[in-house]
Amino acid sequence: MSAVQAGLLAQAGLSGAAVVLALVLGTARARATACGTLCALSAGFGVLTGALAVSGRTGAVLVSMALPPGHLVLAPDRLGGVFVVVVSAVMCLVSVYAIGYARTGSTGSRTSWVALALFGLGMQMVPAAADLVAFLFAWELMAVASTALVLIDQARSPAVRSAALWYAAMTQLSFLLVVAGLSVLAASTGSDTFAVMSAGHLSGATASVAFVLLGLGFGTKAGVVPMHVWLPRAHAEAPSHVSAAMSAAMVTLGVYGLVLVCVRLLPAGPSWWGVTLVAFGALSALYGILQASVASDIKRLLAYSTTENVGLMVLALGSSVLLRASHAPAVAGVALVACLLLVVSHATFKVTLFLGAGSVLHATGERDLDRLGGLGPRMPVTATGFAVGSLAAAALPVSCGFVAEWTLLQALIHGARVQDRLVTVVMPLAVAVVALTAGLALLTFVKAFGIGFLARPRSDTAAGARESPAPMRVAMLAGAAVVVVLGLVPGPLGVALARSVGVRSVTTVGLGGLDLPVVGALLDPVALCLVAGVVALPVLVASLALARRHPSRSTVLAWGNGGARVSPRMQYTATSYAEPLMRVFDDALQPSRDVQVTHLAESRYLVERVEYRQHLGDVVEERVYRPVIRLAGRVGMAARHLQNGSIHRYLAYSFLALIAVLVAASL
Amino acid sequence: MSAAAAVVALVQLVVVTALAPLLVGLMRQVRARSEGRVGAGLMQPWRDLRKLLAKDPVRAEGASWILVAAPVVLLASSLIVAALLPLVAAVPLPLVPNDLFVVVSLLLLGTVAVALLGLDSGTAFGGMGSSRHMTVAALVEPTVLVAVYALSVPVGSSTLALIVRARLQAPSLIAAPVSLIAVIALAIVVIAETGRLPVDNPATHLELTMIHEAMVLESSARDLAWLELGSWIRLASLLGLMGNLLAPWGVSTGAAPLSLVVGVVTLTVKLAVLGAGLSLGEVFMAKLRLFRVPELLAGSFVLAFLAVTASYLLA
Repeated sequence: MSAVQAGLLAQAGLSGAAVVLALVLGTARARATACGTLCALSAGFGVLTGALAVSGRTGAVLVSMALPPGHLVLAPDRLGGVFVVVVSAVMCLVSVYAIGYARTGSTGSRTSWVALALFGLGMQMVPAAADLVAFLFAWELMAVASTALVLIDQARSPAVRSAALWYAAMTQLSFLLVVAGLSVLAASTGSDTFAVMSAGHLSGATASVAFVLLGLGFGTKAGVVPMHVWLPRAHAEAPSHVSAAMSAAMVTLGVYGLVLVCVRLLPAGPSWWGVTLVAFGALSALYGILQASVASDIKRLLAYSTTENVGLMVLALGSSVLLRASHAPAVAGVALVACLLLVVSHATFKVTLFLGAGSVLHATGERDLDRLGGLGPRMPVTATGFAVGSLAAAALPVSCGFVAEWTLLQALIHGARVQDRLVTVVMPLAVAVVALTAGLALLTFVKAFGIGFLARPRSDTAAGARESPAPMRVAMLAGAAVVVVLGLVPGPLGVALARSVGVRSVTTVGLGGLDLPVVGALLDPVALCLVAGVVALPVLVASLALARRHPSRSTVLAWGNGGARVSPRMQYTATSYAEPLMRVFDDALQPSRDVQVTHLAESRYLVERVEYRQHLGDVVEERVYRPVIRLAGRVGMAARHLQNGSIHRYLAYSFLALIAVLVAASL
Repeated sequence: MSAAAAVVALVQLVVVTALAPLLVGLMRQVRARSEGRVGAGLMQPWRDLRKLLAKDPVRAEGASWILVAAPVVLLASSLIVAALLPLVAAVPLPLVPNDLFVVVSLLLLGTVAVALLGLDSGTAFGGMGSSRHMTVAALVEPTVLVAVYALSVPVGSSTLALIVRARLQAPSLIAAPVSLIAVIALAIVVIAETGRLPVDNPATHLELTMIHEAMVLESSARDLAWLELGSWIRLASLLGLMGNLLAPWGVSTGAAPLSLVVGVVTLTVKLAVLGAGLSLGEVFMAKLRLFRVPELLAGSFVLAFLAVTASYLLA
């Protein structure tokens, strides 16, 4: 038995044990400890298995079935191994976190733990699958288990049920599209294993049909605009550890599907595939970050930021396809590595951010940034985790987010050197989109961290917040540590990712830095930090020397502009912080505002009360989905006239059907 | 090579730190004279700094560590940028080339530190300044990247030192229409980024019109000194970069003492000319309404984008 085989079996065995224990154990606390540990162990084996697969070890597990085609094959290749590692690492953190988070109420219920164990197993199996049936089986396991998890808190509010309904509809739609797309591939290559399918070298109309179907299917799972509508709902309403797993791992698998299609199954795509992917990626990135920048619900903000990051990944993948079609394989390889770096960095920082948001929710019961504030001194570990995650989400050094975005920009600006008019127009536009996205992400995460954790508490619950239990703190700090380490030493990761997709042109340089000789660019964050340390040293020494001679004095009212610190209500909130931006992008966001001024009875010049309401919906949902849903509703209502309960009418239908069949048969 | 680069970085660090307050003093003096005032003299910013450093900071109760850390981060980020940019000499450090994206992200680190400082105070003005500051920063970023991208096209590298060197060797690049458009776009965003008129008024005393000043209202003594020095160094570095892009002559390509001296002198001249010009221009200009600023930035973005596409399609 090979090591990969053993790892896969261990994952399945431990997850199975977690399911059994979740059903057997009586108290919620014991369930959380036992199942959380087993899930974390299973995910830990997932990380090992994936790492072995990335390093080139192979091994296959055959699961026999009574139904044709007889067996499922799990055999991760290098590319799959990368995603197994990412997903498992996320699930490991989430499971540890859940030991502290999911031990009361509905989140700690039997259903919740069973679903979490199956969800994790399903996600770890998707990138390990080597044939169509195994892939679809794991995919559906993941989809169904996650739907159950979104629905866990359904007693809390109708919004949860609505979110679960949207999610279930969209995820099953995605499944159908994926089934259809893979069926096209299987039918035209005559095999259901990925290895044979990718050796089929399909091209022409069949390949394009498969590409469109699979692109839509995987794009829906990844939350690409305009198929993203489930994402802000499901991520916001699910329990926070589930949101973290969905955003950092499940959405990643949607991107895995797209990479699988564009790199392995249909590697010779024409340039319009690339342009389409770049267009959808750019749209998702811009729309996602715009919505995130004006959101004041912290989990909704993170959910839209997921759409943004997926957009960047799809944009990177699309430019890779486009560049390969324009005969620039070297730069195309760099773009592909940028895509994978974005995947890894997004998974690490987003899991940290969602776990941080969950910790805030756990401590205050609040998701609304407008009612938070001052959490930094009250929850120092959560604040640290969230700050590091924000740093990466805003693509600032030193974090993995910066490395990923830097690689993407390098690929884009050097990609435009290709002698192809299409490429020279698409690439500068892509650079502009990435740059605007980065700028808005900066504002979004300054807002999220600054409003949530700095200043003074805006509500009593925020003022009384206490730090979360140890397992949650450990998970957040571990996530933050990975973000920083990958940001400091990106070289080995970059090389491993490049090798997983057969790109040879990425090497390490200096102290674990990343070198892209194809585009003549290198990034060595450790050296940068050393320079920064040398430069900052005199400033620090001067500050400390001055602090000894001139110690600071503390007063109640420092520079409050004439007595500010009276009411925390006078501070800027998340809504007011984003107001200038909302005005700038008024046309794209279309918020509805309602101002009601009540005057005093004595005079119209004296104001008694001002009521301000602002509602910001999702433009895509209101303009695209609502009309379709209304139409479906109307069709349904009309169809009800067919069934009015009269037995005579039903007999008439049967009779007419019989005649129709007879007529059809005689023709 | 690396020793030479380290010497250059050190020289730039010292020269820019020394010159930045003088540049601000010059700009204030030019403005004062052209408005018919006597002015406080070139050395006034240095005297201000000395005064601020000799004071005890006053900090409000409940202020977090951000109040102390943010000024240091801003100053450090400005200093690193001053050391990395090709100002006195175009000699990139090995392993840490002055890659455009790295420089921009370091500047943004300083921007974010000040924005968090504004929020940390928990006052209405701090939040207002921070919100406006980040809105402007978000809209500036695309233009910065696209403009320098346009400049990088003829060179084939996003390393600023190589761009300046290429312009030094082939002066025809400087007068090329594409490069002029890109430089104009870059000039607009440098003005926005450093908080000068017409985007922000550095001399304003009216809180409602403030952007940068509103965020630092709560800082005092050495905290304020670091903030001021940091933003001055930032202004001097970016103006120096503009000067070297427009007129690269005098920039040293090695670390020979004589050429470094020439580099320092020409940098001083360029900074003085650009600073005086900027200041004179500001005299005739009123601050733009806040919600007109995005239009200005959008205009500069269009210029930058035009420069990129033109550089490919005309090449």
